[in-house]
Amino acid sequence: MANKVLSVIEQREGIIKKISYEAVSVGVSLAKELNLEFEAVVIGSEIEGLSNLGNYGAAKITHLKNADLHNFSSSAYSELTSNYAKEVNASVIILGNTSFGNELTPRIAVKLNSACIVDCINLTVEGDEIIATRPVYAGKAYIKSKLHSDVKIYTIRPNVFKAEKVSDQSPEIKVEEISNPNLKTKVVAYKKSEGKLDVAEANIIVAGGRGMKGPEHFNLIESLAEVLGAAVGASRAVVDAGWRPHSEQVGQTGKTVSPSLYIACGISGAIQHLAGMSSSKYIVAINKDKDAPIFSIADYGIAGDVFEILPVLTEEIKKIKS
Amino acid sequence: MKIAVCISHVPDTATRIKIGSDRKSIDPNGVTYILNPYDEFAIEEALKTKEKSGADTVVYAISVGGETNKETIRKALAMGVDEGVLLKDDQPRDSFGIARALSEEIKSLGCEIVFFGKQSVDFDNSITGQLTAELLNYNCIPVVVDLKLEGNKVIAEREIEGGREVVETEIPVVITAQKGLNEPRYASLKGIMAAKKKNIAEKPAVAYSALTETIDMSLPPSKQPGRILGTDSSAVPELVKLLREEAKVI
Repeated sequence: MANKVLSVIEQREGIIKKISYEAVSVGVSLAKELNLEFEAVVIGSEIEGLSNLGNYGAAKITHLKNADLHNFSSSAYSELTSNYAKEVNASVIILGNTSFGNELTPRIAVKLNSACIVDCINLTVEGDEIIATRPVYAGKAYIKSKLHSDVKIYTIRPNVFKAEKVSDQSPEIKVEEISNPNLKTKVVAYKKSEGKLDVAEANIIVAGGRGMKGPEHFNLIESLAEVLGAAVGASRAVVDAGWRPHSEQVGQTGKTVSPSLYIACGISGAIQHLAGMSSSKYIVAINKDKDAPIFSIADYGIAGDVFEILPVLTEEIKKIKS
Repeated sequence: MKIAVCISHVPDTATRIKIGSDRKSIDPNGVTYILNPYDEFAIEEALKTKEKSGADTVVYAISVGGETNKETIRKALAMGVDEGVLLKDDQPRDSFGIARALSEEIKSLGCEIVFFGKQSVDFDNSITGQLTAELLNYNCIPVVVDLKLEGNKVIAEREIEGGREVVETEIPVVITAQKGLNEPRYASLKGIMAAKKKNIAEKPAVAYSALTETIDMSLPPSKQPGRILGTDSSAVPELVKLLREEAKVI
């Protein structure tokens, strides 16, 4: 009898990723509504702060442990997760829609002979069914769908579901030593971008477009991002021109993002760009052209010169932060 | 050696989406379809791999869908792909149905290296490559920005949040291509002419029963345009105040 909701915790370098708290919160609330038990599973070597997950409602956590699992291995992680899901009769599995979740989820789905819905921005229970809402066409449309498989797997978009502290209890953490994990495909090195926050994970994004007039002016964007603790984003035009790396591109052939605050500087707002960021909670646009499409979705706008406005904005925010 | 590149036929990214009357799909009227942008990187990498591996290597472009997908297959042939395969199904399929059809065909062709774009810019699932790999029991590295093949060994860099992972595995393998992997070539006039003579094999996509069901498609809630606060830096204090007190985001 399938009887559990299982959230899969993501760690990198032994540190639990923020999305994992969101995945636990979603799992806990679905379990409550569906009248199922909840537990969490994590794969890795030494992992810090697992007991913090208890605050979000994870009363039981299983840590599948092996020194060789410190680095991600899609073959080992997908095998271990699906075997564990079988062992505990999980009927619902929740992961984050991150590189980690996106790689594992389809593989787990096939191994469990089931199906998945990825990048969900809403999950509701109607009767005994889970209805998932997700953006398609980079956010130009939404679809609601459901699964007919025995095991139902969902990945949730980062920053959309709230991680809620619901308890003070310490979870029961069970460590299972794993022998001979399947390391057919494994990460041998991790090259971290220097001190940079990724647009996909950031709560605030400061993005620049062609209106910045050249790569040498992106220091204005970087300074503002720095005082806000924000990630730097870019439009496709400036990425294609080679001013900024592709990892910063927001939009239909870049990343689709939902931060709390998106500040678009010198971005006119091509349809592909708007699709990728219009679900941001608050949007600020700074652009010379008052008729630019970006103003049609911005909450607050300044129709002026980015070169004059950005330094003042950075100073003003510095003041309130200090 | 045989290489497969799996491609999809998607609405141009400049398309303004209108919801169809069934409220489960888009209204295709007036929509221009193109080769999925990420698939261009997949095709380029397949062609580069062939160029390094010798003359007897064959590259197949495989697509699942209706008759019109042939336009997209033809584009791949014009870039230099050797053979086209259309796995025909006039009904839309979910990623699982597409992966099922692709994996059967890849198995019967005997392709050991398979390229995909990292995602199709229609449903944005980014899972078809991984599903196909799992169905074939192949190794898989998604979202690749750098690839080295040395004999049976595969070393790839993939883009993840805040950095890159260096991943090692072996052939047979499915690679999904991210922008940055290469610079896709343009089809030459000679290539376009040659593509007209190349063969596109057509066969029915294997039957499958869908485990996902679309209930409704809608446009996102429209955002009300906000306020223009000014035309120069004198508007900055008000902006900061609003962000702090009204939006409460800084």
